[in-house]
Amino acid sequence: MSDLISKTAAKLSAMLAAGEVSSVEVTQAFIDRTEAVEERVKAFNSCDKSWALAQAEASDKRRAAGQASGPLDGIPVALKDIIAVKDQPLTCSSRMLENFVSPYDAHVTELLKAQGAVLWGRLNMDEFAMGSSTENSAFQTSRNPWNLDCVPGGSSGGSAACVAALEAPLSIGSDTGGSIRQPAAFCGVVGMKPTYGLVSRFGLVAFASSLDQFGPFSRTVEDAAMLLQGIVGHDDRDSTSFKAEVPDYRAALTQKQGPWKIGVPSEYFAKGLDPEIKAAVEDAIKFYESEGCAIEEISLKMTEYALPVYYILATAEASSNLGRYDGIRYTHRAKNAEDAIDLYYKSRAEGFGPEVKRRIILGTYVLSSGYYDAYYLRAQKVRTLIREEFMQVFQNVDAILTPTTPTPSFKRGEKADPLSMYLNDIYTINVNLAGLPAISVPCGFTSSKLPIGLQLIGKPFAEADMLAMAHRYEQAHTWKDAVAAL
Amino acid sequence: MEFKADIGLEVHVQLKTRSKMFTRAPYYYGAEPNTLTDPVVLALPGVLPVMNKEAVRKTVQLGLLCKCEIAERCKWDRKNYFYPDSPKNYQLSQFDQPICNGGEVEIEMLGASRNVMGEHRMVQLTRIHLEEDVGKLTHFANDSLVDYNRAGAPLCEIVTEPDMHNADEVFAFLTALRNNIVAAGLSDCDMEKGQMRCDANISVRPVGQEQLGTKVELKNMNTISGVRNAVAYEIKRQIHAVMSKEPITQQTRRWDPVTQVTSKMRDKEESHDYRYFPDPDLMPVAISAELKEELGKDLPELPFDRQRRYMAELDLPYTITSVLCPDRALAEFFEEALAATKGKGEPKAVANLIVNELLRELSSGEQEGSLPLAESKVTPAHIAELVVLTEEGVITKQIGKEVFIEMYQSGKMPSAIVEEKGLQAEQGDDGELEAIIREVAADPKHEKAIAQFKEGNKKAINSLIGPIMKATQGKADPRKIMELLAKVLG
Repeated sequence: MSDLISKTAAKLSAMLAAGEVSSVEVTQAFIDRTEAVEERVKAFNSCDKSWALAQAEASDKRRAAGQASGPLDGIPVALKDIIAVKDQPLTCSSRMLENFVSPYDAHVTELLKAQGAVLWGRLNMDEFAMGSSTENSAFQTSRNPWNLDCVPGGSSGGSAACVAALEAPLSIGSDTGGSIRQPAAFCGVVGMKPTYGLVSRFGLVAFASSLDQFGPFSRTVEDAAMLLQGIVGHDDRDSTSFKAEVPDYRAALTQKQGPWKIGVPSEYFAKGLDPEIKAAVEDAIKFYESEGCAIEEISLKMTEYALPVYYILATAEASSNLGRYDGIRYTHRAKNAEDAIDLYYKSRAEGFGPEVKRRIILGTYVLSSGYYDAYYLRAQKVRTLIREEFMQVFQNVDAILTPTTPTPSFKRGEKADPLSMYLNDIYTINVNLAGLPAISVPCGFTSSKLPIGLQLIGKPFAEADMLAMAHRYEQAHTWKDAVAAL
Repeated sequence: MEFKADIGLEVHVQLKTRSKMFTRAPYYYGAEPNTLTDPVVLALPGVLPVMNKEAVRKTVQLGLLCKCEIAERCKWDRKNYFYPDSPKNYQLSQFDQPICNGGEVEIEMLGASRNVMGEHRMVQLTRIHLEEDVGKLTHFANDSLVDYNRAGAPLCEIVTEPDMHNADEVFAFLTALRNNIVAAGLSDCDMEKGQMRCDANISVRPVGQEQLGTKVELKNMNTISGVRNAVAYEIKRQIHAVMSKEPITQQTRRWDPVTQVTSKMRDKEESHDYRYFPDPDLMPVAISAELKEELGKDLPELPFDRQRRYMAELDLPYTITSVLCPDRALAEFFEEALAATKGKGEPKAVANLIVNELLRELSSGEQEGSLPLAESKVTPAHIAELVVLTEEGVITKQIGKEVFIEMYQSGKMPSAIVEEKGLQAEQGDDGELEAIIREVAADPKHEKAIAQFKEGNKKAINSLIGPIMKATQGKADPRKIMELLAKVLG
């Protein structure tokens, strides 16, 4: 195993800049690693090795000509199979889009290409980002590199697993209710969801439009800052894209010194939290205290409503967003349909998996005439209350600290009941409903050697402070150095 | 039993914008199928809508034109339903916060005759909202094809109150609405190109009954006259049904322009639950007072207002104004020509030349329909010069007609034509004209007419004017001929 793959993206970037290594060598190292472990990890839906190497060669040429374009130039970045890349598959791990090839680039893709990143592979996920384990993928279930019998989390399970398995130094995922942070916690890597609107959603296949957001996966906070820097920026093709000055996130890691005032919500440490996770997170609290941070016990009383509100709003939006997969144009099309309506029924029956169908039915129900006010409208009101409660709390604290998940990773097939699967997201969902940024950083292991994640929630668009806070913790601990044995 | 019909319309008008409602793809009529598309139009995975501000501005203008209340804030909603002409299987529309509320459109009913202005009244509007158009399906025996060119084009829906009561009112409403919209440049409103479409809700009730009858929705009318015929048919059908004690059920009926009857498409029970909800991809829209004011300044005078002005200020007859005013381009052509006479041309002479000569020539070519005014070689300056030449007596009216044909064909200025061909009216030398008159009068075949004239029948000598004109090659002033003829005949 080449030691290149164990280096952080920041380190590889410095080596490329110093001419110590070429992008082709780096890219080849990750390709070799992927070929060695992928059969066990199953992180990727597909890989285009020759394209990756061609991009790496182009990067080396640029650098030789003195035209390297920044820290991401020549660095492999793996992408969740939900991000549009021109001429590459875009399956969302669904039979519906099994043969779909995107004719256009997402905004994020355009940015990464412009910065010379080597786009590497399509990562497995729960179908249409609906799930917490990748077990809802129509193609395969990805494995947790720390324990191959366990799930990597989801929906961005492939994105987390590939970074944990050193198949890529960086990856992109999407987070609608915890789909970046939960798998990051399960796989012992850093995963971050930016403020809603910071990263353009153009080219992100929509699950729930008002909640979806792209974000980075990496092994260190510095790498996450580096990748985040590369994907933010206003895009006039996304009407919800935020227009603002973008800070230098990497510089902020050391510039922002604190001490911070950190809120700890009692509701996140109640019944249902795994005691080992509780202990690990409490150690993290003690760390910040020892660094001179003020720890404030806070209350987020609306937390208990987050799950129902989420499953009303997200499914309502999804039921409409997924209407376009109908068998007419580019999706799976059923054979022997009798008429247009029959074609819809059969194509959708065959093309969607059970969880996607469940959510479409739920969403259709809550939007139906006679139920709209009781479900959708009321959920919108509660969502406003949830957001207001967070903003109230943020008048007194700089950030909120919680566990990322109530439990560590679990075995494949263990959670057959959808509701118990949904409960996995109880600490992350609120953040999406409030549109806030949050990050999961490794904060230890359970006795059975499964990673534990610490979640920091920031104020809107205060990613720089949040990253600095996470960086401080990470630098004082050795969790980032642990590598899953494969 | 006497019946009263109540008719409300839903009129869809495609706005004339360069790009579609929520993406940069262009839209125009007549392109090859599926060439005016992009990932957003085709609803590929991951695309997002971006609002076309120009379409919103034009809708505000339409609202101002119809005296609607313009909302300070509106939003976009998704109307969810599955149909192959709708790429997303939801349509972006406005459910409970349209851009325009209320409003009215002035209409003119048929007058007692063509020369008399009909009664004017206001038809009340409920609302106007903006949405995106859908694609077009073409059905064959075993399959259907879909063209997404039209999908996503900006579409205004104008909803009226059930404020019309017969087919002629409906016809008058659609005509006035179209004239207003075309005048403002918001749409070309060509129904045959689908730029204007109309569904009608019709019910009947016995005169004296307060409550409206059960309404029937009518679809598939492709011309304004088609709407009139369909509404007239449907009113008769419903009255007949009520008289025969057949219950009218809430349903949608389709007009067949060939057989000229309506037939049932579906019952109300089959109607959709559209599951409207606010679109999370688009932000609500604020419409400021400043924007409203700015857009209001851009609006033209409405055709009926213009007509009243022409009749009052220019003393033009109703018949002429009812041709000039509905067409803004024609009215502006007239005003330019009038201005170019610099006060030396009578408005009526200018209007007559345009309405009688120019329009006749434009419609008489080999092309289908009328040649557009803009494509004619005749400009307002041509018209003005010709009017002034005639009024100043440089040429006779008779010669004026000849000059008009020549300038219509060649585009030469009237003065140049007159000069070139020596068409000036004879001036001063009454002797020569008198000689010609004497010669004609001496012709024995006019003996009888002259005798009648002398007996007091003044009109009898009109038969001499033609031959005299001919003898002068049309250059003589008819007034002068009359004057001299009277003298010669004593």
